[in-house]
Amino acid sequence: MMKKYDIIEINDLNLFYGDTQALKDISVNIKSNSVTALIGPSGCGKSSFLKSLNRMNDLVPIAKTTGEVMLDDKDIFEQGYDIVALRKRVGMVFQKPNPFPFSIYDNVAYGPRVHGVKNKKRLDEIVEKSLKQAALWDEVSDRLKDSAMGLSGGQQQRLCIARVLAVEPGVILMDEPTSALDPIATLKVEDLIHELKKEFTIVIVTHNMQQAARISDETAFFLMGEIIEFEKTSDLFENPKDKRTEDYITGRFG
Amino acid sequence: MRISFDQDLKMLHEEIVKMLSMTEEAIDGAMVALKNQDVELARKVIAGDDIIDSQEAKIEKLCLDIIVRQAPLAGDLRKITSIFKLITDLERIADHAEDISEIVVKIYNERLMKPLVDLPKMAGIARTMVSKVIAGYMQGDIELALEACKDDQIVDDYYVKIYNELIEMMKSNPAVVEQGVALITIAKYLERIADHATNIGEWAVFSQSGEHPHF
Repeated sequence: MMKKYDIIEINDLNLFYGDTQALKDISVNIKSNSVTALIGPSGCGKSSFLKSLNRMNDLVPIAKTTGEVMLDDKDIFEQGYDIVALRKRVGMVFQKPNPFPFSIYDNVAYGPRVHGVKNKKRLDEIVEKSLKQAALWDEVSDRLKDSAMGLSGGQQQRLCIARVLAVEPGVILMDEPTSALDPIATLKVEDLIHELKKEFTIVIVTHNMQQAARISDETAFFLMGEIIEFEKTSDLFENPKDKRTEDYITGRFG
Repeated sequence: MRISFDQDLKMLHEEIVKMLSMTEEAIDGAMVALKNQDVELARKVIAGDDIIDSQEAKIEKLCLDIIVRQAPLAGDLRKITSIFKLITDLERIADHAEDISEIVVKIYNERLMKPLVDLPKMAGIARTMVSKVIAGYMQGDIELALEACKDDQIVDDYYVKIYNELIEMMKSNPAVVEQGVALITIAKYLERIADHATNIGEWAVFSQSGEHPHF
């Protein structure tokens, strides 16, 4: 495995929705080829943080951001930063599988086509490679022209991951990617995440503490827009330093 | 999850208290049997060890159930893993009470080579250590656990004292060698009991602080 480095450096990140501050002075680094889990109660800012990493918050008219998100040593909030290139470099998988109402093939080929790949043979290669990386190829290779809507929920989610992989991102953001899946489909996605970190960097929001403990290398605990604790996952779950982290992960909150 | 976890933990603590009092009774029984050369009592202690073993198994099962059903984390996780470890030490302590009782069964019809003074004192300190470290665990009281662990030195000193004293007696009167060795062995078991109590004290500290000290 390649040597890990800080692929994303976040410095004094603040996010406001109108008058409401959703993120307060966030300064953390995300290591390459690792899985970083974001945990915390609803409304704590973890999803807002995730969305900041590929500027999805730009879609919210009242959102305003200050601070830096350095990706490959360049601030993504810098004026003139290429958002299309950013979203290609930093892909996203959502809570509910959201395949396009196209064939399986066209779902995966969508991104590369948008980015200008026209050669049929090249597209075939990308589709096969991406579906293999997403551990879906064996299940769908004989029906690539079938509608993606006919796949099971777990397969649809892996298809969405394949769709992200097809544009060769560096970072994959996942917002509760298994919360709508059954335990077996969840396990497949978790295994997949484990495989993917060899080539990609993964940042994942999860409400499932055991999932964070199982799959992540580092965990950030968010509370009311702040990162309370950011530690090696085993340390955070075995011996959290902050009482608020302890109270949250042992269910003493509220 | 919280309420049911707290209830489970409470039940687990009650079972540990039961195991503790059985173990304390075994130590007391073994020492009274030694002092009064009461073979019936010694046999009772030996027979009782199976009950303590099954109590250990019961607590182990409860810990596993809690891990499976509650998936405890942080302080909760440390509490459960500490119980897992400390009941092994508690069981070994009870084993040593049984070991002492077995010696009593061998020597009960011999006249004691000397009045027992230091051995009962040593046993009293070791037993109090056991009670205190368990209380330290239960109450999350690191100070109490540490205080108990300090007494290990006193127990060790008693062992050296008793050992030297008995060796001298054996040198001057070879007829008492057999019983002298038996009494030294009992002192050694008491010294081991204090060591296991110290281990429990370490788990009490770990459970509360996340740091595992070594004494």
